[in-house]
Amino acid sequence: MGVVSSPMTSNSIEVAGLRKDFGSLRAVDNISFAVAEGEIFGFLGPNGAGKTTTQRLLTGVLRPTAGDIRIMGRDLRKDPVAAKRHVGVVPENANPYRDLSAWHNLMLMGRLYGMAKKRREQKALQLLEYFGLLDRRRAKTKTLSKGLNQRISLSMALIHDPRLLFLDEPTSGLDVESTRLIRRLIVDLNTRGVTVFLTTHDMQEAARLCDRVAIVCRGRIAAIDSPDALRADFSSAQSVEVAFEKPLRDPALLQELASVSGVRQEKGKYILFTDRPGEVACRVALLARERGLGLRSINTRAARLEDVFVHLTAAKGSGNGER
Amino acid sequence: MASGRFLWQSRAALAVAEKDMRIYYLKPPVLIFGIFFPVCLFLAFAFGRNIPMPVLLPGMLGMTLFFLSSSTSPLVAPWETLSRTLERLVSTPASITAIVAGDIFAGAVYGIGISLFLLAVSVAALGIAPVHPLVVGIDICLSAVCFSALGSLIATLPTDSPGNIMLVLNVIRLPLIFVSGVFMPLGDMPAWGRTIAACSPLTYTCDLARHGLLGSGYFPAALSMGALAAFTVGFCVLAVFLHKKSTPRRLA
Repeated sequence: MGVVSSPMTSNSIEVAGLRKDFGSLRAVDNISFAVAEGEIFGFLGPNGAGKTTTQRLLTGVLRPTAGDIRIMGRDLRKDPVAAKRHVGVVPENANPYRDLSAWHNLMLMGRLYGMAKKRREQKALQLLEYFGLLDRRRAKTKTLSKGLNQRISLSMALIHDPRLLFLDEPTSGLDVESTRLIRRLIVDLNTRGVTVFLTTHDMQEAARLCDRVAIVCRGRIAAIDSPDALRADFSSAQSVEVAFEKPLRDPALLQELASVSGVRQEKGKYILFTDRPGEVACRVALLARERGLGLRSINTRAARLEDVFVHLTAAKGSGNGER
Repeated sequence: MASGRFLWQSRAALAVAEKDMRIYYLKPPVLIFGIFFPVCLFLAFAFGRNIPMPVLLPGMLGMTLFFLSSSTSPLVAPWETLSRTLERLVSTPASITAIVAGDIFAGAVYGIGISLFLLAVSVAALGIAPVHPLVVGIDICLSAVCFSALGSLIATLPTDSPGNIMLVLNVIRLPLIFVSGVFMPLGDMPAWGRTIAACSPLTYTCDLARHGLLGSGYFPAALSMGALAAFTVGFCVLAVFLHKKSTPRRLA
């Protein structure tokens, strides 16, 4: 199976025919993709889609059942040490060592990446200052909040100046300040040429940060492209959002309108999916007048990444439809 | 190239060992099963018996080394699986071999450090001068690595509960105490007892300690050293092999 290359020339990650079985369960099903150097690549999917398993395969934590992985040009199976040398990893829910201080956690990681003492101390001080942890560096991490631990976790992944950074749900469950700090860091790192592989549930985060995203479902890739291209290609995920003054007794009427592909009710509003939002808006207005419903509000909406995601992941038996 | 990689992995192993020392040396299971437990066992045996202390000393040294060295390494893998730190460690360039070597080294240093201290205190209190100090030194170092590797081997059991691992560890350790000539010189054992004793690494630790401290043992000193070295290599190789198999399963 061929690798689906990014338009840029050099790839940080190349995956071909990757498969992972846990007994009879196929968690990752023959996926192939490439991430170009300097890209922020989002890996999206519902729970159990195989996102974290894929990341664990790419970081060498799990061994694939089949398929090839090349990280920074190195075969991960044949030469794992060289492949991991320029990679930083923030695993999902992985903690720093709770019985060590922030400082000792950073020193440990620096040593595991083969950094000289002076360099790792300088870099640790820089990172602790950036993350606002300098005055807490001697405290054991078990005494710190989740947000501060996540900052330490990121510092541990960045101590050796990686060229490729894997982040698994980095902002999940964090306060606004920590979330903003981490998002700003991702952009800063990317500006300096670091490739970022971001596994996330957060569609807004993915749409805002990522150059390209892959949407995975049941261990397969349903689509790969830039968020804008995915939104444009899924024109049927455009919608009309309408709220009536009076209750609509028969919502099936909306489904029966021409060019409407689906209807969803959300917080007292109806969302009508269509590839012709202008026409559908006129028909809805006409329906409201005929039935005496009254219009409280009506808006046309371009497709959001979330809508594309819902469309793709709801579709049953989606194939490996790399684009 | 190969030497550079070896050096890199050796440094990684030392980093892992230092981490283990900071985190695990003072953990309650290590203190209870590594220090408190063998001391109680020894006192229970020694009190009320008319056995001269110099005769008991080699057995005490063997048992102390055995419990201390095998207490840290079995705790690390399940503890780190539970606390979700193992995944990060495995995703670094440190190989599984380096991680296991670091765990074994940390366990061995724990055993060597405390055993040497206890030995020094005992020797000073009893006024005994070891007949062959070098043999005692080799015995302590070799046995500490051997027992730490045994602990690491037990840590490959598919559980992330440190309590379960300590339970299995004691199921193995306690019978070995009674068949390895800790409390009774090998020469005083029946023939079947000596046959069983020959299969235990602790036998050679105690016998070598008798050589070093008192000047004579049951087996020739070279044989005991060879047997201990063989057990050490066997446990280390098997521990690395099984950790390579079990670590991905722990993280799956």
